[in-house]
Formats: sequence, C-alpha cells, structure tokens
Amino acid sequence: MTQPSTPVRDADPATAPPTNLTSDPRGSHPSETTAISMRSLNGWYGSNQVLHALDLEIAAKQVCSFIGPSGCGKSTLLRWINRMNDTIPSARASGTLSLHGIDLLDRTLDVVDLRRRVGMVFQKPNPFPKSIFDNVAFGPRLHRTYSPTDLEELIEQSLRASALWNEVKDRLDSSALGLSGGQQQRLCIARAIAIGPEVLLMDEPCSALDPRSTASIEELIRELRATYTIIIVTHNMQQASRVSDTTAFFYEGRLIESGATDVLFTNPKNRQTEDYVTGRFG
Amino acid sequence: MAAGVISTSRRMLSNRVFLWSCLAATMIAILLLSVLMVSIAIEGWSSISWRFLDSFASRKPAQAGIKAPLLGSLWVCAICGLAAIPMGIGTAIYLEEFAKRSRLKRFIQLNISNLSGVPSIVYGILALAAFVRFFGLACADEPWTLGDPESLFFIQFPFGPSVLAGGLTLALVILPIMIIASQEAFRAVPPSLRQGALALGSTPWQVVRLVTLPAAMPTIMTGAILAMSRAIGEAAPLLVIGGFLLVFQTPTNLMSDFTVLPLQIFNWAGRPQADFHKLAAAAIIVQLVVLISFNSVAIIIRQKLQRPLQS
Repeated sequence: MTQPSTPVRDADPATAPPTNLTSDPRGSHPSETTAISMRSLNGWYGSNQVLHALDLEIAAKQVCSFIGPSGCGKSTLLRWINRMNDTIPSARASGTLSLHGIDLLDRTLDVVDLRRRVGMVFQKPNPFPKSIFDNVAFGPRLHRTYSPTDLEELIEQSLRASALWNEVKDRLDSSALGLSGGQQQRLCIARAIAIGPEVLLMDEPCSALDPRSTASIEELIRELRATYTIIIVTHNMQQASRVSDTTAFFYEGRLIESGATDVLFTNPKNRQTEDYVTGRFG
Repeated sequence: MAAGVISTSRRMLSNRVFLWSCLAATMIAILLLSVLMVSIAIEGWSSISWRFLDSFASRKPAQAGIKAPLLGSLWVCAICGLAAIPMGIGTAIYLEEFAKRSRLKRFIQLNISNLSGVPSIVYGILALAAFVRFFGLACADEPWTLGDPESLFFIQFPFGPSVLAGGLTLALVILPIMIIASQEAFRAVPPSLRQGALALGSTPWQVVRLVTLPAAMPTIMTGAILAMSRAIGEAAPLLVIGGFLLVFQTPTNLMSDFTVLPLQIFNWAGRPQADFHKLAAAAIIVQLVVLISFNSVAIIIRQKLQRPLQS
C-alpha cells in the first residue's frame, strides 16, 4: 500500500507527538509498537460494573476491531481512550490504560490535549450546522492560528484524505447538513483527521449508512491505516474481517479473545468467540 | 367479540367532535382579539395624527400627545433588554452547560420557576427599594451625582424614579422568563454536537461559544421576543417605582424622568371625559404597532441567524 503523506502533522512541528514518550509511533517499525495498552482495566457506571479486568495491547498504525453483542462494553472502552466518559458523572475506572506510556486514567490529564491526539468518529454523523469548510476547520482553529492559505490547504488535504474532496470541492461554503449520510460521515472523518491525531476511534461509523456509503468508508479506513492507529467498534462481522488487522471480542464486559483478525475469524480458540463470529448468537 | 367492538362511524363522530371543539377554542381567541382590535380602531383611529405622536401631555384633549410615553417606552425597553437578555442567556449557559447536578442547582431551578410566576407588582416593590432608594443605605439624603445633568452620561446614586430604574425593574420582571426560554433552547441542541466538539479537543467554553450558543440562538431570540413583548406592556411595577403620569420632556440620559405607554393609557382611560378615552384608544393602537414592529425585527434577526443552520 502506498503511504499517503501526513501533511497535517508534518506541516506543524508543534502538533507532532512529544519526543519524551516511551516509544515513538513513527519509529522504524511502526507496526511493531504498541499504541494503547490496558492492564486489568475495570470500568463502572455508578455501581454497575461494565468493564471487567481487561488486558489488551493495540498496535500502532493498524486497524483493531472491537466486536461483541450490544452492551458488552465496547463503546465504553472506546470512550475511556479519549476520556469522553468524563461527560458522564457516574463513570469511573480502575487499573491502567495508557497511550504511548501516558496514563489515560490520570485525573490531572489534560483531556483537551488528549482529544487532539485521539480523534473520534461517532455512530451517527454529527456535522456542525456550519459550512463544509467550517466543519473541517473547526478543530484546527481551536488549537492554533492559521494563515488563510495554510488553512485552505489543510482543509483540502483532510477532505482528500477522507475521499470527499471531489464531491464537495465546488461547494465548500454550503451547509454540511445538505450532504448525504455517507458524505456527512466522511466529513466527520475529515474533521477528525484535520487536527492530526495519532489515534482514530470509530464507534460503529457505518451503522447509520447504506451499503454503498459503508463500502466507501471501509475503503477509507484501509487507506487511513498507514497513517493512524484506528480502533473501530462494529456489529458487522464482515466489516471487521474486511477492514481490521486485529480483532478483540468482548462479551458482558470481559475480553474473551483477541488476536489477528484472520485467525480469530477462521480458527477461534474460544467456544463463545466461535459461536459469535459464525452467527450462532449475538 | 361483538360486545367490545366500537363502530367506525362512532369513532369518526368523536373524531369530528374533537376537531370542531379545537377549532372553536381557536376561534374564540381570534374572535376576542378581533373585537378588541376593531373597537379600539373605531374609537381611536380619528385621534391618530402626527401631532398626536409629537406632542406632550396636556389638560386639553385636542392638544395632548404621546411623545413622552412613546420615547419613554423605547428607552425603558432598550435598557430592559440590554440588562435581561445577556443575564438570562448567561444564567442558562451556567445551568445547562456547566452546573453539575447538585442540590444548589435544583434550588436555583426551583426558584427561577417560582419567580416567573410572581406578580410583576412585587418586582416593582423590590425595585423601589433596590434601584430607586438603594435600600436607604447610600446617599439617602442627598443623591451622589456624576457628570453634567444635561449630558447623556449623567448618573446619580441612588437612581431615583429614573428611566434606568424603570428598565432594570422590567429586567427583573422578565429575567425568569428569559432564563427559562434560553434553557429550553440549550436543551434542544442535540448532545451529539457537544460530543463532536468535545472530541475535537474543545474546552467547555469553546463548545458553548462555537457550537451550542450559535445553535440555540434562534430559539433564544424567540424567547427574547416574548419576554420583551411582556416588558413593553407592563404598567404596575413602573407605577410602584414612581413612573410619572405626566411628563413634559423626553429622556435625555439614564437619570431622566420617564413615563411609558401603558402608564399613559392607564391615566387617560381613568379620566371622566370621553375625549380622553379616545386618546387612550389611540395610544393603544400605537402600543400595538410598536409591539408588532418589535416582533417583526426580532423575527428577521432570528431568520438571519437561522439561515446557515439549514441546508
């Protein structure tokens, strides 16, 4: 696969990952390094424990799928990685969860900075009621000032990277709400990558889309893999097997099995995994 | 089986009855309004003239006009809006976007709901003590003044029965409505927009400034229209703080004496001479025109703000 350039981050040294990390995600063996790791991670909403002693390592610059029946804790786990759970007062967690050695459960962690490094795409496309241009420019404008030409360049690169540029280049000033569902979701992906994150979290990004839009998003995920660490929550077994390098199967808040996607789907070690991936339950 | 079945014709009948009762309810409101408008128009139309708009009060009905109350109403409303709208929006932002669920928040919320039901004359009594007299605490005997009484920037403490005190009084009256309307507007903004902005690394204030406030603004403007419409029609609290019934000048600064249209109407309508009743009707027509133009301006602003939101 050809490696698309990463102008978003290269254009600005200030947004590059700090050098004092334990491992450099852009090292010589990117696929070897661990981006996210968790050790006996427990999570609660109020008194209800939704994550049970999770141990998992997620490699940098790969696509990892989280699969499992509804309510198994996949989305909760995802929302701990960029601390979106902070918006839920009753959410708490114990154990360790780290991104390149940074403790993500640290109460004093700068979540604004974390979310600049960990982008998120939601289940339902949620473009802002603004123009297409302003949607993509929203994140970059939060974090630094740009000259108009730099900003336009960044917007074009982000829209190209999310395979939307050709469809919207003539109407960047029209409202994002006029786009189709699939276009809106690709716009949300463009918006997320415009701030140059290291990790992209996708929470069932195709569940509200038709098959054709789904195909284009999946194609996009395969292309983005060269640049970003991607974690995708999905209910669609075929989708997981099509787009991901590794897969983790969750059931009732526990990690049942994880590993290379082709192994997990063709030769699962665990009986529950086999039942789930072959469609016998869930 | 058959015992439980309600025939289609019977259901259609109750459907029609319901429809007609709803229509009748609507018609009663419209009918009453039309009767009011028509009777006012018949009585007051002949008195409307440029001279009527451009003259001060007089003992002779033929020479009396509404220059002072008309400009007084505009001054008071402008001050009221400048005070109440930002305060209402600010309170709503705090309660909806920042305050955590706590006993304090519930207490504030309960009191705002209660305050919106307090009769406006009670606010007049509060404002008389607070704004007009500063609770008798400061400069009670001799007002402390700042600036030239003739200039626009003249201020005195306490405010006395001035146009500033009047505007702030009405601000108190409409503040609860303004807060509740703004809160509803913020609640109507989809949470997914907040989440999207947060996930891009916005601070909570950036989320409000860039996403929720712009999205809530059209609805807030609607609330502001309703609140201001109520303010412009208030007479009782201004009567309590000492709004004057006969004023022979227009406001020149925040400390000017003032009267407003509802006070003038109240004054004229209470007189025995029929000619003054005609003037009252004419003043009511002017009041309605002012109200309608207020609302139209606000609707235009709202639509301007709404346009970028639509596809």
